Amino acid sequence: MKIHEYQAKSLLAKFGVPVPRGEVVFKREDARAAAERLGAPIVVVKAQIHAGGRGKAGGVKLVKSPDEAASIAGNMLGMKLVTAQTGPEGRIVRRVLIEEGLDIKRELYLSIVVDRVARAPVLMASAAGGMEIEEVAKERPEAILREPIRPETGFQPYHARKVGFGLDLPVALANAATPFLQSLYRAFLEIDASLLEINPCVITGDGRLVALDAKINFDDNALYRHPEFQEMRDLDEETPLELEASKFRLNYIKLDGTIACMVNGAGLAMATMDIIKLNGGNPANFMDVGGDASEARVKNAFRILLSDPNVKAVFVNVFGGILRCDMLASGIVNSAKELNIKVPVVVRMEGTNVEKGKEILRGSGLNFTVANGMKDGAEKVVALAGAAR
Amino acid sequence: MSILVDKNTRVIVQGLTGREGSFHAQQMIDYGTKIVAGVTPGKGGTKHLGVPVFNTIAEAMAETKGNAALAFVPPAFAADAILEDIDAGVPFVASIAEGIPVLDMVRVAAALRGSQTRLLGPNCPGIISPGQCKLGIMPGFIHKRGNVGVVSRSGTLTYEAVGQLTGLGIGQSTCVGIGGDPIIGTTFLDVIRMFNDDPETHAIVMIGEIGGNAEEVAAEFIRKNVKKPVVGFIAGQTAPPGRRMGHAGAIISGGQGTAKEKYAALRAAGIHTVESPAEIGATMARVIGKSKSTSRAVVASRKPSGKAGKRLARRRK
Repeated sequence: MKIHEYQAKSLLAKFGVPVPRGEVVFKREDARAAAERLGAPIVVVKAQIHAGGRGKAGGVKLVKSPDEAASIAGNMLGMKLVTAQTGPEGRIVRRVLIEEGLDIKRELYLSIVVDRVARAPVLMASAAGGMEIEEVAKERPEAILREPIRPETGFQPYHARKVGFGLDLPVALANAATPFLQSLYRAFLEIDASLLEINPCVITGDGRLVALDAKINFDDNALYRHPEFQEMRDLDEETPLELEASKFRLNYIKLDGTIACMVNGAGLAMATMDIIKLNGGNPANFMDVGGDASEARVKNAFRILLSDPNVKAVFVNVFGGILRCDMLASGIVNSAKELNIKVPVVVRMEGTNVEKGKEILRGSGLNFTVANGMKDGAEKVVALAGAAR
Repeated sequence: MSILVDKNTRVIVQGLTGREGSFHAQQMIDYGTKIVAGVTPGKGGTKHLGVPVFNTIAEAMAETKGNAALAFVPPAFAADAILEDIDAGVPFVASIAEGIPVLDMVRVAAALRGSQTRLLGPNCPGIISPGQCKLGIMPGFIHKRGNVGVVSRSGTLTYEAVGQLTGLGIGQSTCVGIGGDPIIGTTFLDVIRMFNDDPETHAIVMIGEIGGNAEEVAAEFIRKNVKKPVVGFIAGQTAPPGRRMGHAGAIISGGQGTAKEKYAALRAAGIHTVESPAEIGATMARVIGKSKSTSRAVVASRKPSGKAGKRLARRRK
């Protein structure tokens, strides 16, 4: 789960990480009042969307008066912001952060992620603050410091010293980095983050370290430990169909093609998309109904797949293990009747009770195409989607 | 001979009395797996499916001499169950649970270092040595005993590959699902090493997917050390970057972990790569058909010794 910058900063502040003063507003007139309350000579107006690259796209502006803050915020609210990370469709700005401007001397990059190879959280730091870390990693990988933090010892002051001196911070600041990084690490653990990124972390003219931007992603698997985070979820930032799918524990990702897929298991679901593409078609989605899908879940899966207007044909590809093919077949037949499915449906089933399943499909009186193997299924569904154009 | 599990594997099922545990334990018993104990806290002293139930793993180990555990425990409690196995010194543990918080797995990984325990998974279907032992949730009937080792990050995609192999009359030595999470106990590299050392395994199928670099690491080992033919497939050639494709570990982040990179590494290692998931079995048939003489030579040149040698000699009789 992702949250907005202002939410991330207020979370971090609770753990003692210094952040700029500021408040979020939803309306133009509130922006003026917020800027007045700050009383800062320079005020920053920042569009709040769940995507980076806002600065270059015009989503971050410096202003010198509450009037100007109101007028800029007014322009931003409701505007479609297209950044390098939003895709061409962009995101509508519904919230803006009004924040004090700081006297910035240097910009650093800091983040904590769980590293798959180290099997531990890794603190990453770079002197190239404000830049996309992926670009730094590509061009100058040696410019990124990486400090794995073993759970046996937890965060130690030496981790901070290695980072502080590694970034060539003056001694006083290298010392100040210890409590800063300690707070950051404590936050990472306690909120079960999967990513915590401060880019940039700035050194101010008066020698303080401040988290000027903040990005937090939570580990979805650990959200059950933090029911209070649910109120930070911004449903406007989520794709409506994906949101709907998540209610039924369906793993659904919408794509741009015309062939909807319904598969059990994530690996087979990806492989199904791949084989559609190899045969000249384009997948409309990724959909994993899970290993233990019930008839009701199959029905909801169909309903969600078919809400995508681009879909010209459906490919059901299931290897029954725990999921029995006869149960799946009844689910498909009942969904087709109830939802009045008009697009061609190609079904490929294998595994537990496959013969019973095929029998149910054939005896349904409905027009399913039963495929023999994955390749046959992919060829058939691509042909049918093409013909339906 | 197979790897990790065989007819001598004595299984303890954690969560035996639960709905999922009962269902799969029965399937395993029907397949011929030796389940020697179940563990359900609070139900110690009872019997379930004819198997004695204990309150703790330590008790079950002491009473039944189990040497492997399979955990059917919900994700919120799964890390605790694995840590209990490590504490009790269970040599081999498979965890099926999907959705364990990653920081819980960081603690598990730390506890595994220097322990006597090997963990398989989590978020995996388990492991099967056909005809000998099924330790997991895979459908047993699609497998056939033979000489191809299968290792994969996915569940149903593994069944798909196995189904293709069996359909072509190609049997398997052991099929290992290593799991789709970012932090897992046993990696591609670990399994490939074991297959390479296993005289019963003559060829290997490796099924990877986007995310991380475990396939690349294994490919490098194969390039240097493995003479047995390897067929490789990577799922997610069409996956968009930055999106988690069902599995927690299946994500292209910062342009890294793409199928393209992985295929390049596999090809550079001399692995027979397959772009269509429907061609995994057929490719293996072609590869072992061609290199049958070489794969036999590999087996013949390795002098089996010790217990393994005796077992192999017995089997050959």
